[in-house]
Amino acid sequence: MQISLFITCYNDTLFPETGKSVVRLLERLGHEIEFPLEQTCCGQMHYNTGYQTEAMPMMRRFVEVFRDAEVVCIPSSSCVAMIQDHYPKMAASTGDTALMKDVEELVPRILELTELLVNKLGVEDVGAYYPRRVTYHASCHSLRSLHLGDLPMRLLRRVRGIELVELENIDRCCGFGGTFAVKNGEVSAAMLDEKLQCVEKTRAEVCTAVDNSCLMHIFGGLHRQRSGIRTVHLAEILASTEEQGAA
Amino acid sequence: MSVRVGEAAEAPSFQKAAHALLEDAQLRKNVRHATDVITGKRAHVVGEQHDWQQLRSAASAIKAHTMRHLDDYLLQFEAACTAAGGYVHWAGDADEANRIIVGLIKKHGGKEVIKVKTMTSDEIGLNGALEANGIHPHETDLADMIIQLGADKPSHIVVPALHKNRQQVREIFMRTMGLEELGDKPEDLTAAARRYLREKFLKVKIGFSGANFLIAETGGVCVVESEGNGRMCLTLPEMLITVAGIEKVIPRFRDLEVFLQLLPRSATGERMNPYNSLWAGVHAGEGPQEFHVVLLDNGRTRILADSESRETLHCIRCGACLNTCPVYRQTGGHAYGSIYAGPIGAILTPQLFDMEHSQSLPYASSLCGACYEVCPVKINIPEVLIHLRGRVVREQQRGVSLEAVGMKMMARIFASRRRFEAAQRLGRIAQWPFEREGWIRNLPGMLGNWTAVRDLRPLPRETFRSWWRDREKRNG
Repeated sequence: MQISLFITCYNDTLFPETGKSVVRLLERLGHEIEFPLEQTCCGQMHYNTGYQTEAMPMMRRFVEVFRDAEVVCIPSSSCVAMIQDHYPKMAASTGDTALMKDVEELVPRILELTELLVNKLGVEDVGAYYPRRVTYHASCHSLRSLHLGDLPMRLLRRVRGIELVELENIDRCCGFGGTFAVKNGEVSAAMLDEKLQCVEKTRAEVCTAVDNSCLMHIFGGLHRQRSGIRTVHLAEILASTEEQGAA
Repeated sequence: MSVRVGEAAEAPSFQKAAHALLEDAQLRKNVRHATDVITGKRAHVVGEQHDWQQLRSAASAIKAHTMRHLDDYLLQFEAACTAAGGYVHWAGDADEANRIIVGLIKKHGGKEVIKVKTMTSDEIGLNGALEANGIHPHETDLADMIIQLGADKPSHIVVPALHKNRQQVREIFMRTMGLEELGDKPEDLTAAARRYLREKFLKVKIGFSGANFLIAETGGVCVVESEGNGRMCLTLPEMLITVAGIEKVIPRFRDLEVFLQLLPRSATGERMNPYNSLWAGVHAGEGPQEFHVVLLDNGRTRILADSESRETLHCIRCGACLNTCPVYRQTGGHAYGSIYAGPIGAILTPQLFDMEHSQSLPYASSLCGACYEVCPVKINIPEVLIHLRGRVVREQQRGVSLEAVGMKMMARIFASRRRFEAAQRLGRIAQWPFEREGWIRNLPGMLGNWTAVRDLRPLPRETFRSWWRDREKRNG
């Protein structure tokens, strides 16, 4: 299958390893990856902070770039949620019927990485090897917007060598929330603190998730507290093999 | 018009209020404990209701229908209530409501009032208005009584004294009831409250209540509660006055079937409330012989006019969104500067105020969506929060803000591949003064809020797109 990759602006800039892993993983499974260089940002930060007018051209740009894609893979549930939950309404507000039609047809072809793997490509065992003690953090958008349910865990359970430990209060927000983390920094920090206590309790080596935004927040806190636990995006675990070594 | 929501106009911003509350370890512990208990009970009784999602959808549909025909249903309620012997008054705002209520009490010649738990009376600042007119209100809901005796403010819409623990309640009772000795077991505290309240129930001739539901078809009023103190206020006095927001009306008696399954399970984790009071007008020889309903607008028709956020009016005040909210969990209710706290408060307070005040409230959320998931009438609170943030930005843009400048600059960057790639390069250069041993630990301005407790990885040398481009070149 030809899969178009929307890497997202922050993965592109801050977490290139995640993007590389997505490419390696999907190519290993026999698919062809296309990465349109004209892509930038889905507009989530602007939209959610109240700059909806400013987010409009980003929506138009995204639709322009991916209109003809067979399927678009996004390794970030919050960006998928932005597109699924808000693009149809944004397009409708322009009154531009062609744009509305494009969005309507494009949205079903937008898939978060684990949705793509399990629901679309029908694989749970991706042939990964990852000999570490790992805990999974379910991000808010993956749970309550995309309703991924146990898709990430189904993939993780088939990884060879992995030791999975359950995270207490798995469905509670880590306190990132985009600009919330700076606009309400102290409350965000208090929320993070509770999350870190749960992560520490697992005695895992690695905390994973389908969103690097939450992981950046959690790792930022873990590192400040001199914890030995690292965060690694789920794609990097799934891309790891015995030959290539684990992330 | 004087739309008022308690004392929210004078309240500090959410961030400022939260700063102080985060220091209060005891309060935070109380809030975490109480919300954990309630959410646990709720999850249990919701789990056993196999048609929970259908009930939510039905409630949402009934509310949406009612809001579309609110004028008709309010007039229908007025006619039915009047026919049953009640009096209906219409109040445009808080002051008008208070004037009507004070007038009725004075006419009846009362100096004291016993009150059933009502958030709406706190919204209009009724107690203050009564006291200014020499009338003493007695709160009879146990939690409201604790708040009143302790000269405190409610921190939750269902359990207003949730931020207090037993020892603190004991201390308030001993001090204000003049008790020499008092245990801190629940039985000791309720026995003290009972002795104190029974005297009021038997003595005071005027009762005051809010309403959970007004029924257009029958002109009836429904109040649900746990203690039975409400039942006393509704049945013993000579005169009863009810104040209710206009959004509390539902079309038919049978609609209660849906709401009375959703409300107790969502609010207190009970299958049914211990006391469900329903009455219409007056009945000779039984209960209060004079009954008044004050229908309150106080900003509600303005919310109704906004199609993007009118679902805010669907709220049945169960408090489930407060209990599940990870933000409320940290700060408790006082941070919201309004009697309406938590996620629902964050959307309701600023709208009642027409956004003149409380501009920080729509931002008091990480948009985690837990509130939407538990809401028994399916109010999409995150969606409304985002809509209100848009209104805040438009109002603030009348002035100049650093944030707006930054956001506009970012939008320009994302509008062009060339500018985006240039910004990625520039970011790597700009970060060097802050980078120490592969980490950023201290940033200036707003970003300092991040590095206060979190480290940050610097931008890596290579972006994903440059890796991709090199690979494509190598692969020819």
